[in-house]
Amino acid sequence: MDYAAVVIVEICYAIAVLVLISAGLAVVFGMMRVINLAHGEFITLGGYAAITAHGLGVPIYLCILIVAPVVVGLFGLLVERLIVRFLYGRLINTMLATWGLSLLMIGGFTMIFGNTTTGIPTPIAGFTLGRYQMSGYNLFVILMAVVTIAIVYGVLKTTRAGLIARGAMQNPEMANAFGYNTSRVYMMTFTAGAALSGLAGGVMAPLVGLNPASGANYIAKSFITVISGGTAVVSGMLSSATLFGAVSQIFTFLSTSVIGEIALLVAAVVLLRLLPTGITGRFLKDRI
Amino acid sequence: MKIDRRQFVAGTAAAGTTAFLPNVVQAADSIKVGSILDTSGIFDLYGKPMDKAVTMAIEEINAAGGIAGKQLEKVAYDTQSNMALYTQFAQKLTRQDKVDVVHGGILSASREAIRPTLRKSKTLYFYNVQYEGGVCDRNIFCTGVTPAQQAEVLVPYAMEKWGKKIYTLAADYNYGQITAKWIEHYAGKSGGSVVQTDFFPLDVADFGSTIAKIQEAAPDMIMSALVGGAHLSFYRQWAAAGMNKKIPMASTTLGAGNEQVVLTKEEGDGILLAYSFSKQLDRPENKAFLDKWQARFGSTDDIHELAVATYQGMHLWAAGANKAGSVDRDKVIEALESGVSITGPTGKITVDAKTHHVVTDVHIVEVGDQKMNVVKSFDQRQPVDTQLVCDLEANPGDTTQYEIKI
Repeated sequence: MDYAAVVIVEICYAIAVLVLISAGLAVVFGMMRVINLAHGEFITLGGYAAITAHGLGVPIYLCILIVAPVVVGLFGLLVERLIVRFLYGRLINTMLATWGLSLLMIGGFTMIFGNTTTGIPTPIAGFTLGRYQMSGYNLFVILMAVVTIAIVYGVLKTTRAGLIARGAMQNPEMANAFGYNTSRVYMMTFTAGAALSGLAGGVMAPLVGLNPASGANYIAKSFITVISGGTAVVSGMLSSATLFGAVSQIFTFLSTSVIGEIALLVAAVVLLRLLPTGITGRFLKDRI
Repeated sequence: MKIDRRQFVAGTAAAGTTAFLPNVVQAADSIKVGSILDTSGIFDLYGKPMDKAVTMAIEEINAAGGIAGKQLEKVAYDTQSNMALYTQFAQKLTRQDKVDVVHGGILSASREAIRPTLRKSKTLYFYNVQYEGGVCDRNIFCTGVTPAQQAEVLVPYAMEKWGKKIYTLAADYNYGQITAKWIEHYAGKSGGSVVQTDFFPLDVADFGSTIAKIQEAAPDMIMSALVGGAHLSFYRQWAAAGMNKKIPMASTTLGAGNEQVVLTKEEGDGILLAYSFSKQLDRPENKAFLDKWQARFGSTDDIHELAVATYQGMHLWAAGANKAGSVDRDKVIEALESGVSITGPTGKITVDAKTHHVVTDVHIVEVGDQKMNVVKSFDQRQPVDTQLVCDLEANPGDTTQYEIKI
């Protein structure tokens, strides 16, 4: 019985991790059709921002929840203004440019932080669940994923800014004709996506050993999640993250983590064969 | 070129002067030491201190008069953590630079890339890294510790302290697989058992389900042979769940790249390790070595097991060459096989003639306050794993890396 609870918590945790690392990409790719190959490095930057701030004596929750997203958000703003905005609608060129950016960022991390693994301690103690000892921080990660989803959904669905953003993505000319500055909308959206990536980096920082090449660990999974999710930003990401998180954890518990990873990839291949436009290309259409 | 009388006189005068200056080292007259290491790229954490160790050893050997009256000259190449560059630079070292010995290689893949080249060109090779064991080749000397040397002392010691049920976690490549077998072997020998062994690819960074599975199995202790930055997450997640207070852990890999400094005090304290080197090892040779390193490079923070093995590998080679009175490959090999020993920072190391590996001291180390505190020393451990499969006295022509079956 306790074991079942542990398994359920671990599955929720795996889903939460996928949601967190994909949220930024879902906003940038799902809404703007910009393939940001530097997404992994954005997350890593969030991690480094949190670790550096923690080293300077900033309280840890401030580092994770404020410093990391703000720093990466500002960095994203810079990237959008200097690089991405010239390349809207040119898929291949954006990929090339952001791939170059990712290499540049890895080089930058190596120069600044050194080619070593760093980290910060987890701020939450473990707790017992029946006979089992669990990481309290995992619950925090789950909570953060729920909050992230709620915020993204809330902003897109209920606020005027969200409505304008969705309108500008769907039909830029029409939004322009109504007098909205689409260039500014794109800028804000990209910045918001970057800030979400930064938040993911901050939240994950206490759980992993961070090194300059850490981004590679995130990028494949986040792309798989977002692309399998399809066009709807929130419901797509949530449905694919739930599917993949559950599949990988169930197989990990049944055998080993190697099989878990394989199961995730197999699930993604099968899914994209059956639903080439992603889950929300078929179901839950016209949702956010 | 035409030489007139004036130039001729000037030239002979200059030549005359040089002949009477005893300290001038002529390039053609020096001994060339090839060094081939990743001093940039993802393995530079290992390679940079190893490169410093080569430099320091050469300076010491030169200060002591060199080898057979000749000074050493370092010829170093940076392989940039790129396996393809190893073969290229090994060719360059043997054909163009014509070095007398090569020290280097970090990953086993890099060693296997250059070993055939060096053997074919009859260039003596020293591989100074803790590795999975089993290389059997008369042209190579392996001066790092091997899994059996660590597991042989670590497993029984930890079992006596904590109990008989072991759960093993290991990296999913040959080092981890082989080390896991040795852990099982020595656990059985000491009357215990390994309840389960889990292998992880090098990029796995999430261990939540593993931690739950370990609790389900309820072992007395964990043996870890996890490798690299992603696997470091295990120690953090283990501590975050509060498990480090409940189930103790020993490792054959933590600390080789100074990971104990990356983990916090709470995360690392109490983990048992087995190495030939620790900065906290209280021996006069070690103190002298650390002082020299401090004076030469400014800080001892970067020193690790592999750098010390490289330093000792250089001195072992020099001791062999001095005994042979030359750097000729066959003479040096014969001299080393006759049982040359040196006493370095880790204690006495001796060449094992049958395997070309080293007999070395192994120390049980406990992580405490981000330091590696020595709790017990085991003197002169034989390379028992490689000895099972390799006998270069009987088969001097052997060139295999054996997969050791236990």
